[in-house]
Amino acid sequence: MMLNMVQSLNQAMHQEMERDPRVLILGEDIGVDGGVFRLTEGLLEKFGRERVIDTPLAESAIVGTSIGLAVAGLRPIAEIQFMGFIYLAMNQIIAHAARLRNRSRGRFSVPIVIRTPYGAGVKALEHHSESTEALFCQIPGLKVVAPSTPYDAKGLLIAAIRDDDPVIFLEPTKIYRAGRQEVPEDPYEVPLGKAKIVREGEGISVVAWGAMIPVVEQAAETVAKDGIFPEVIDLRTLSPLDRDTVLESVKRNGRLLIVHEAPQTCGLGAEIAAFVAERAMFQLEAPIGRVTGQDITIPLAKGEDTYYPSPERVVRGIKTILE
Amino acid sequence: MTEDMFQILAEDGRAAPDREPKLSASDLQKLYALMATTRAADLKALKLQRQGRMGTFAPSLGHEACQVGSAFALRPQDWVFPYFRDLGTYITLGFPLKNYYLYWMGNEEGMHIPAGLNIFTISVPVGSQLPHAVGCAMAMKYRKEQAAAIAYFGEGATSEGDFNEALNFAGVFKTPNVFVCFNNQYAISTPVRQQTAAKTIAEKAAAFGFTGIRADGNDVLAMYALTLEALEKARSGGGPTLIEAFTYRMGDHTTSDDASRYRAEQEVKDWSQRDPIERFRVYLREKGLWDEAFEAKIQKEAEDLINRAVAEAENTPPPRPEDVFIHTYKEMTPELNRQLTELGDFLKREPR
Repeated sequence: MMLNMVQSLNQAMHQEMERDPRVLILGEDIGVDGGVFRLTEGLLEKFGRERVIDTPLAESAIVGTSIGLAVAGLRPIAEIQFMGFIYLAMNQIIAHAARLRNRSRGRFSVPIVIRTPYGAGVKALEHHSESTEALFCQIPGLKVVAPSTPYDAKGLLIAAIRDDDPVIFLEPTKIYRAGRQEVPEDPYEVPLGKAKIVREGEGISVVAWGAMIPVVEQAAETVAKDGIFPEVIDLRTLSPLDRDTVLESVKRNGRLLIVHEAPQTCGLGAEIAAFVAERAMFQLEAPIGRVTGQDITIPLAKGEDTYYPSPERVVRGIKTILE
Repeated sequence: MTEDMFQILAEDGRAAPDREPKLSASDLQKLYALMATTRAADLKALKLQRQGRMGTFAPSLGHEACQVGSAFALRPQDWVFPYFRDLGTYITLGFPLKNYYLYWMGNEEGMHIPAGLNIFTISVPVGSQLPHAVGCAMAMKYRKEQAAAIAYFGEGATSEGDFNEALNFAGVFKTPNVFVCFNNQYAISTPVRQQTAAKTIAEKAAAFGFTGIRADGNDVLAMYALTLEALEKARSGGGPTLIEAFTYRMGDHTTSDDASRYRAEQEVKDWSQRDPIERFRVYLREKGLWDEAFEAKIQKEAEDLINRAVAEAENTPPPRPEDVFIHTYKEMTPELNRQLTELGDFLKREPR
């Protein structure tokens, strides 16, 4: 069936809730309204108010009660309406969800999925364009996922729901409805922790994730006209990082460009550049490059375009490394 | 003592005749023994800390009645979300004292709560365990279990967002929760009048649409009776209750604190006249349930239990470096494996 990402994620939730009565979902406006992006449409009608829970407006309690539900043996999906509001729940995520397995030496685990739309490029209000994935990648005990296609989105969400550790599931707002793709009707898992080479190439590896993938692909189309064929790696899972796939590709191609929309300093690109420098230094033929957001607050709608990495900036990034 | 405070035992140990809970003679003696054991185990920990054998911890001195009395009302199917000053709760529920000491000695293994005991791990960030208790109660309601989730916390926690968010959820979803606030007058150095302009902690429940009641937290029977009633209400679908236990932190906030910097000696003296254990002792003596021989017997039993627990805790090997790696995720990630190997190689070459 041809589905966009909103539809494939919605299908994943329908199917997992059908499969496993322990799965339930809670968040703001997810029931009657079906979610502000309509991700949870139809769930309330099918599974009722006991499993599709419209909560009061309180992010910390949404995550905190999810932890309690999980410790009691259920598998909650917590929706945070926008990534810009997840900071209200940071203490619950960092101090508890990520640590309970260790704190209890394995007695308790926190199999929750915290879903949230993230990223810029949609000319939204302040706080609605955040891409602060690196904050979560720094935290031991969390897994962080960011799909770029409807197919991966469904498979990764199913894998995240079935995973026994807490997963931050970042949904790229910009490409929620960007395009349709053939998505199998039957449930399937895309394994967490595995990157994917989405475009084979040579001479340079480009690593990206989420809404940056279509931007990089567009840039790759452009440079192909000049006889440059970058290899594009979609990380898909940001923590744990699939370092092997990145290293193998970089060793083969000798050059690396990292693209992300988050600010540059201490972004995930910094970690990628560091481990590549540590473990593949002598296979590099040029300095590692980064095309990212600048170290500034994301501008409001009128100023967004100069912040958001464009295909043109990625083309420039590729050519700079190759020159 | 204020009039709006629920009390069964007056400060002189006399009971309000119409309020005494239905407890057998042996249960009453057990309550006393649990309180005495709590105090002895707490004082032992303090001694160990001063000797450098225990890390920083939060003494429970003065909280024996509110903790033991409340926890005594719980059933095994209920879930308990303690805070970091809850020794009486642990002892009442049969949590191994060895684990308690081990945890405060700095070994995570202490919080490996034995299977079958529905006790959550200690939450150090103040009040952050309250949403967990509500989530747990939501799960009980979803599965239609005849159980309740109880959360313990201090009055400082009531200023935190999580207290307000959690109790609001509990009110909206009518969860089987009991919230027990040990109002011991101080959050480290901050007195309760600087914590809130509300007259009582109990009245905060009104904002969330359920009942709040203030109890004399140094009255073990009052704490037992109120908790029992709130638990039964919760288990039978009546929703949550907030209980404020009006008490006093007789010790420092933690062993790193010096309470004489911020509270008057006279105040501490006044409160020591209201000692929860002494009050209950007078009550039992009047009933013919306490004498010197009984006291000697339970003190000896407590001492044996404590000495055994200290020995077991001190003889527990320190955690291995790999233990945290193993418990970070269900399965170790490739990077954690690599870092652990790197650490192992380093430790082999340069042993500590």
